[in-house]
Amino acid sequence: MSLFARLAETARLMVGLPDYDTYCRHVADHHPERTPMTRAEFFRERQQAHYGSGGGRCC
Amino acid sequence: MTRHLPWIALALVGAASLGVIATVRGEPVNALWIVAAAVSVYLVAYRYYALFIARAVVGIDPSRPTPAVRRGDGLDYVPTDRRVLFGHHFAAIAGAGPLVGPVLAAQMGYLPGTLWILAGVVLAGAVQDFMILFISMRRDGKSLGELVRMEMGAIPGTIALVGAFMIMVIILAVLALIVVRALAESPWGLFTVIATVPLAMVMGAYTRWLRPGAIGEVSIIGFIGLIAAIIFGQSVAESAYWGPIFTLTPVQLCFGLIAYGAIASLLPVWLLLAPRDYLSTFLKIGAIAALAIGIAVLAPPLRMPALTEFAFTGAGPVWAGPLFPFLFITIACGAVSGFHALISSGTTPKLIASEGDAPFIGYGAMLMESAVAMMALIAASILDPGIYFAMNAPAAITGGDPVTAAAAITAMGFPISAETLANTARDVGEATIVSRTGGAPTLAVAMAEIFSTILGGPGMKAFWYHFAILFEALFILTAVDAGTRAGRFMLQDLLGLASPRFKETKSFLPGLIATMLCVGAWGFFLYQGVTDPLGGVNTLWPLFGISNQMLAAVALMLATVVLFRMKRERFAWVTIVPAAWLVLCTGTAGLMKLFHPDPKIGFLAHAQVFSDAIARGEVLKPAATMAEMGRIVFNDRIDAALCALFLGVVAAILFYTVRTCLAARRIAQPSVQEIPPMLGAAR
Repeated sequence: MSLFARLAETARLMVGLPDYDTYCRHVADHHPERTPMTRAEFFRERQQAHYGSGGGRCC
Repeated sequence: MTRHLPWIALALVGAASLGVIATVRGEPVNALWIVAAAVSVYLVAYRYYALFIARAVVGIDPSRPTPAVRRGDGLDYVPTDRRVLFGHHFAAIAGAGPLVGPVLAAQMGYLPGTLWILAGVVLAGAVQDFMILFISMRRDGKSLGELVRMEMGAIPGTIALVGAFMIMVIILAVLALIVVRALAESPWGLFTVIATVPLAMVMGAYTRWLRPGAIGEVSIIGFIGLIAAIIFGQSVAESAYWGPIFTLTPVQLCFGLIAYGAIASLLPVWLLLAPRDYLSTFLKIGAIAALAIGIAVLAPPLRMPALTEFAFTGAGPVWAGPLFPFLFITIACGAVSGFHALISSGTTPKLIASEGDAPFIGYGAMLMESAVAMMALIAASILDPGIYFAMNAPAAITGGDPVTAAAAITAMGFPISAETLANTARDVGEATIVSRTGGAPTLAVAMAEIFSTILGGPGMKAFWYHFAILFEALFILTAVDAGTRAGRFMLQDLLGLASPRFKETKSFLPGLIATMLCVGAWGFFLYQGVTDPLGGVNTLWPLFGISNQMLAAVALMLATVVLFRMKRERFAWVTIVPAAWLVLCTGTAGLMKLFHPDPKIGFLAHAQVFSDAIARGEVLKPAATMAEMGRIVFNDRIDAALCALFLGVVAAILFYTVRTCLAARRIAQPSVQEIPPMLGAAR
């Protein structure tokens, strides 16, 4: 993985967005019968999960 | 042996630097000595102590599947590269705390704070973060409350939850108070902060409908908007029409913030919370990096003495009380912060790819936060001590204007002229810097000093000052919003124990009631702090410190219980020593805040002074009426009750810890409730 790609992934995970490609790979490997969420659906689902649960930030 | 040689050399560098810091008197010490000492201590501590704890004490097993491996779903449970996860974890633990506490602690000189930050992080803070991460990682990423319940029982679990909720309330109140102190009577600052609300909403709409997921893009747009708001803010502040509209008193701001907290925490997260968190997270990382580079390049001398007389008398103007125990609760985040136990048992354990990564993430990220605290301490110490004390002493001491402030601070032994105070205020584009308590403005003046020397010259000072204020206010407001939501869920959990209807987190009414209760609770303490003549920081920061360190003690006691139940009690000193120290500090501080005869320190003594005056029919300053006198007494008693509650939580958890440890000793085999390694291998 290039340095820039890794930095981008780090920045996205800092605000609660995991890697989309990893998710797609997981669905393909473990649940081939399911259709993975689109990139936009994935983003919305993760955003709601990260910020809507009330966790995550320190003083 | 040869592989240890570089580490021995590093340890010698650290020891020599500490020697310089501790022994040089009379001439200014360069900040880089502190940097060198800190970096050496961190590296040596990581190489030897962190790995000792990981390998010998808890027996990290890289072949054992982590929750991310066992339950991988591509969403919550994802095996993540350790460097990527380090960034995630660091961003989640580092907030305003490590920037504010050390600034307040600088009133005793830089030496006590430096030593406590170093010793605290190595022996307590980083140990706690790592241990809780480890414990949660072996239990499917369960939260702190659930962990206490699993290993110690239902009653201590509930007690820990009540404690965590009260901490949340105090944290929100104290963070909001810092924002109030930084933005009151500052039209430039207030305008830029208010401008972030519509800006975030535009960003939210952009990521919702136009380009979902384009976080990098929208953050760049937002950043340009922020810079524009800072630049434009100067014209707004100078405008005869708009200037006064954005000039609010602390009390007006207090009610504004309470209304903001209530509304913002009920809005959909994509509209305000998420987009503003993108800005505040990236700005925070950027500003911390810039500050580190600034200090390294500038190599400023420390103008604050190593020790001021307040380290010996305990009569400092910023906060009252002797060095022990109050220094150890004033600097919480950066040395040891109980709140991290909630983060280390949150998302991080679900993302960890291998048990072998745990020391790097748990222990390492906390060392990094400690470095942030160290930079804040350096920043406060490079200022002229006269400016530092004029900014941080409450108006009751300074009289609120440069002339009276200069006289009062000079009389304290830190000579400063009224012109210097007025000029400093003009340089940073503010009406006054006198009694701008709360730590944030002090840090902003120091950051403006450092940044403008490197970039832009004196003419840019005002820009950098407001940039620093904006960066602090931005992530505090995000924390207020996110914290109110978190507090709401905690409260629904607790109320759900009494009435199950409250558990329905999806239905509207219980959520609304819990939100209002939560906002009402922190709003109460915020209002009390804002109207406090001693600036509020004096009352609320110790309460915050006591509660935060108390949670750390609870977390370390849980870790002790787990070590006993793993049958590794011969290593339990690793958690017993810091837990005992924290129980001692919070216990002593709590009892002093309750019963100390000096009304500046003891809540009940303060209440007594005012209730005696009421009985005599006398109105004491700062109260103007009898009703206000009554309110002061009432507030003192609430604070005292809260203090007693915190003490009760510590005592109760201590009792259950001892009981569970003794029970574990009587059983011959391990009794921890870990997910067995075989279960993971079977899947």
